[in-house]
Amino acid sequence: MKVLVTVKRVIDPYVKVRVKSDGSGVETANVKMAMNPFCEIAIEQAVRMKEAGVVTEIVAVSIGAPQCQETLRTAMAMGADRGILVETGTTDMQPLAVAKLVKAIIDKEQPRLVIMGKQAIDDDANQTGQMVSALLGWPQSAFTSAITVNGDTADVTREIDGGLEKLTIKLPAVITTDLRLNEPRYVTLPNIMKAKKKPLETLKPETLGVDVTPRLKTLKVEEPPKRSAGVKVADVKELVAKLRNEARVI
Amino acid sequence: MSTYNAPLKDMQFAIAEFAGLDGITALPGCSEVNADLVEAVLTEAGKFAQGVLDPLNRSGDKQGAQWRDGVVTAPAGFKEAYAQFAEAGWNSLGGSVDHGGQGLPHSIALPLQEMWNSANMAFCLCPMLTTGVQEALVHHGSADLVKTYMPKLVSGEWTGTMNLTEPQAGSDLSAVRTRAVPEGDHYRIQGTKIFITWGEHDMTGNIVHLVLARLPDAPEGVKGISMFVVPKFMLNADGSPGARNDIRCVSIEHKLGIHGSPTCVLAYGDKGGATGYLVGEANRGLEYMFTMMNHARLGVGMEGVAIAERAYQHALEYAKTRVQGRAIGQRSGDRVTIIHHPDVRRMLLTMRAQTEAMRALGYYAAGTLDRAKRHADAQQRAGHQSRLDLLTPVVKGWCTELAVEIASLGVQVHGGMGFIEETGAAQYLRDARITTIYEGTTGIQANDLIGRKVGAEKGATALALIAEMRALDAPLLAAGETFTAMRASFTQAVDGLEAATLWLVDHYRQEPEAAAAVAVPYLKLFGTVAGGWLMARAALIARERLNETDADRAFLEGKLATTRFYLEHLLPQAGALAQTVTRGAASTLALDVAAF
Ligand SMILES: Cc1cc2nc3c(=O)[nH]c(=O)nc-3n(C[C@H](O)[C@H](O)[C@H](O)COP(=O)(O)OP(=O)(O)OC[C@H]3O[C@@H](n4cnc5c(N)ncnc54)[C@H](O)[C@@H]3O)c2cc1C
Ligand SMILES: Cc1cc2nc3c(=O)[nH]c(=O)nc-3n(C[C@H](O)[C@H](O)[C@H](O)COP(=O)(O)OP(=O)(O)OC[C@H]3O[C@@H](n4cnc5c(N)ncnc54)[C@H](O)[C@@H]3O)c2cc1C
Repeated sequence: MKVLVTVKRVIDPYVKVRVKSDGSGVETANVKMAMNPFCEIAIEQAVRMKEAGVVTEIVAVSIGAPQCQETLRTAMAMGADRGILVETGTTDMQPLAVAKLVKAIIDKEQPRLVIMGKQAIDDDANQTGQMVSALLGWPQSAFTSAITVNGDTADVTREIDGGLEKLTIKLPAVITTDLRLNEPRYVTLPNIMKAKKKPLETLKPETLGVDVTPRLKTLKVEEPPKRSAGVKVADVKELVAKLRNEARVI
Repeated sequence: MSTYNAPLKDMQFAIAEFAGLDGITALPGCSEVNADLVEAVLTEAGKFAQGVLDPLNRSGDKQGAQWRDGVVTAPAGFKEAYAQFAEAGWNSLGGSVDHGGQGLPHSIALPLQEMWNSANMAFCLCPMLTTGVQEALVHHGSADLVKTYMPKLVSGEWTGTMNLTEPQAGSDLSAVRTRAVPEGDHYRIQGTKIFITWGEHDMTGNIVHLVLARLPDAPEGVKGISMFVVPKFMLNADGSPGARNDIRCVSIEHKLGIHGSPTCVLAYGDKGGATGYLVGEANRGLEYMFTMMNHARLGVGMEGVAIAERAYQHALEYAKTRVQGRAIGQRSGDRVTIIHHPDVRRMLLTMRAQTEAMRALGYYAAGTLDRAKRHADAQQRAGHQSRLDLLTPVVKGWCTELAVEIASLGVQVHGGMGFIEETGAAQYLRDARITTIYEGTTGIQANDLIGRKVGAEKGATALALIAEMRALDAPLLAAGETFTAMRASFTQAVDGLEAATLWLVDHYRQEPEAAAAVAVPYLKLFGTVAGGWLMARAALIARERLNETDADRAFLEGKLATTRFYLEHLLPQAGALAQTVTRGAASTLALDVAAF
C-alpha cells in the first residue's frame, strides 16, 4: 500500500514568535524552522506502518518555499522513501489552495491512504485535511489517535469532545493525526546520510493546474494584549457580577 | 531550570568560517560534507541532546554512579539513553566507513561533542573514551584486533576505556608499573589502575580496556611502556562475550563533579593475570598514546566550551526572570529583572563572548586537524599538523581554565541561589572543575606548549601564526571608525604575544626553570589573543554580511557586539599576561622550596 504524507515547514515550536513591526504578519526571516509537530506524527505513523509490513511506499509532500526541501529531507531521514516539493512563489498559502495542490498530487500518485497533521502550529487553521477529503470525495478521520488497517478498511480512533470515537472507514481515505497517535522517533545519523540520496521532485502550482491566489486578506497581525494586574473581589457575588458584566463570559 | 538549546547559529557560523567548511568539502573523502549536511546533522543532534541527554543531567548528578561488590550501576536512565545514543548512530560518526562508521570529519564531530557535553558531560565521557580506543586500534592494532573489536566499538555495542593512571604515575606516565608477561599469543596483565572513567558499568555487554603496562624486559622510562587491549569479558569462538577476565573494580571515587560517570579503581590480575593483547609493537605504547593526544585533548577543550555554553544559557534565563532592585539611578517605581543591572550584563557578556571565542578556536583546531589528516598534499598536511600541535595545548588549557571561571560567573549571576544546588548552576562549576585536570593538567599543557611546541622550534610555528594575525590589521583599519578602538586593543595584544614568544625563545634553553615558571600565563595569553583574532575576523565577516538583503541582523549584530566586548573589555588582559611572562619568572622562583 502506498501512503502519501504531507509535511509543513513552520517556526520551530521552541522559538518565541514575534510580530513584524509593520503588523503585516509574523517574523519568519532568519528564524529557526522545523517540521510541524503534527506532521512529524503523520510521518512516524507511516513509517511504523511500513515497518509493520502494511505500507510499501511513503511519499512525503511539502508545499511552500524552496527551503521546504529541508523539511522533506527530515521526513526522508525519518523513513519516507521520496519527496515532492511544490514550490510556490507566495508564502501566503491558504488551506484551500494547499488542499487543491495536495489533491492534484494525489490524483497523480494514487495512494491508498493520506496522512496529514490535524493542524499546523503556525496558523492553527485545522482545515486542510478536511478540505482534501471533501475535494476527493474520500472518507476522513480527523484527530486520530489510533489506526489499524484491515485490507480495504481501517479501524480508527478519534479524539472528540468528551471521549474517543471508534470508526471503521473505507480506503482510500484521509486521516489527520492527533497528539496521542504516537511519539515520533529521533532521526538516526545513518538515515540522515541516506536521506540525502533519496529522490526529491520539485513541481510548480502552474504545472499542476492549480490557482493558489490567496482568498483571504490579512488586515493586521498584532501581539495579544499584555495581561494586566488582577483585582481582589470581596465575595462571590462581586465575582459573578464581574464575570457577567465586565468579562461577559457568563 | 533551563533546558539546553544547542546554539545552532553560532555553531554553523564557526564551522563555516573557522573550521573552514569549503576547505573541508574539498578534502579527500569529504565531498558529501556541506552546509546542508552540517545543518541536518546539527539540528537532529541538538534535538537528541535536548530531549534525551539533558533531562538526565541533574538526576545523574544527584544519584551518581553506584558501586556494590564490584558491580557498578550507572544512574537511572543512563543505560536506556546510551542504547538510544548508539542506536541512533551517533557513536559511529567519526568511525571509518570500513568498520560501519560514517567517516565524518572532526569539523562536525567536535561540534557534536560540544552538544553532548553541554547536555550531559558525565554521560558523554563514555562514548568519547570509546572513540579514543577506536583511534588506537585503527592506527596501531593488528588486523585481527581490528576485526574483533572495531565493529562493536563503532556501533557502540561495547564501550572503551583508557587505563593510564596509577597511584604513582599521573602526569608522569613513565612511572607506570603495571606488568605484562607474555604467554602464547597473549599477555598476562597484573597491576592497579586508578581514576579509570567508565572503567566498569552496566550499560553494555562488554568493555574494552586499553591498558599501558611494562613487559618484563622493558627498558626504564617512557621507552618501556606497551599498550594492550584487555576485554572485561573474554570472547567466545563466535566473538560473543564469554567468561569474565581477571579484572575487578575495587571501588569508585567520591568526587567534586561528574557524579554520573564512575571513576574506577581497577585491579588487574588478582587471580594470576588478566588476558591482554598487545597493540602494535612492544615498548611503543606511550608513542601511540601521543598520536591520539591532539584528538583527545581537543575533546576535553570542547568539554570546557560545552560547560561554558550551558552555564551561560542557565544564567541568562535566571537573569531574565529574577527581579531585584531598581534600575540604576531610579529611586522609585517598578523593580527590574537583574539583567537590567550593568554588572549582570557584564557577567553575561563575559560568559558569552569568551564562549564564542573558545568555540571559534576549538572549531578552527578541528578544521586544522582534518586538513592535517586528510589533505592530499603532504606539505600541506605537515603545515597543518604543526599548527595543530601548537594549538592543541592552548585549546585544552585555555578553554578549560576559562570554563571554570565562566561556570563560576554563572553561579554569581544567580546570587545566593547559585550556591544552592537546586538551581543547577553549581553543578556546572563542579563538573567544569575536572576539565583542567584530566588528559594532562593545565601545567602539563603549558609545559608542552613552551617546550615541544614553541621552544624546541625557536617559535617558528607560533611566529608564523602571529604574522597571520597581524595581517588582520589592514582590514580592521579599513573597517572604519567603529573598529578603531578594537584595532588598537588587538594590535597591543598581538604585540604582547609576540614579545612573550620571543622572550620564551630566548630563555627556553638557558633558563628552563624561568620559562616553566611562566608557562601557564603564556598559555592563557596565547588563548586570549588567538580567541581575539578569530573574534575580530568574525566581526569583519558580520560587518560585510549586514549589507546583504536577507542578512540575519540579530545574529550578526550580536556577533559585532560580543566581539567589541571581547576586544575592548577582555582582550586588554593580554597586556598584563605578556608582562607576567616577560617579567614575572624571577619572582615566582624567589621563594625557595625549603622556604615554603
Ligand atoms: C575524574 C577523573 C577521571 C579520570 N579519568 C581517567 C581515565 O579515564 N584514565 C586515566 O588513565 N586517567 C584518568 N584520570 C587521571 C588523570 O589523567 C590524572 O589525574 C591527571 O593526569 C593528573 O595526574 P595526578 O592526578 O597524578 O596529578 P599529579 O601528576 O600528581 O599532579 C599534581 C599537580 O602537580 C602538577 N605537576 C605534576 N607534574 C608536573 C610537571 N612536570 N610540571 C608542572 N606541574 C606538574 C600538576 O599540574 C598538578 O597541579 C582521571 C582523573 C580524574 C580525577
Ligand atoms: C549559604 C548562604 C548563607 C546565607 N546566610 C544568610 C544569613 O545568615 N542571613 C541573611 O539575612 N542572609 C543570608 N544569605 C543571603 C545572602 O546574603 C544573599 O543571598 C545575597 O545577599 C544575595 O542576594 P540574592 O541571593 O537575593 O541575590 P540577588 O540579589 O537576586 O542577586 C542576583 C545577582 O544580581 C546581582 N544584582 C542584584 N542587584 C543588583 C544591583 N542593584 N546592581 C548590580 N547587580 C545586582 C547580584 O550581584 C547577583 O549577581 C545567605 C545566602 C547563602 C547562599
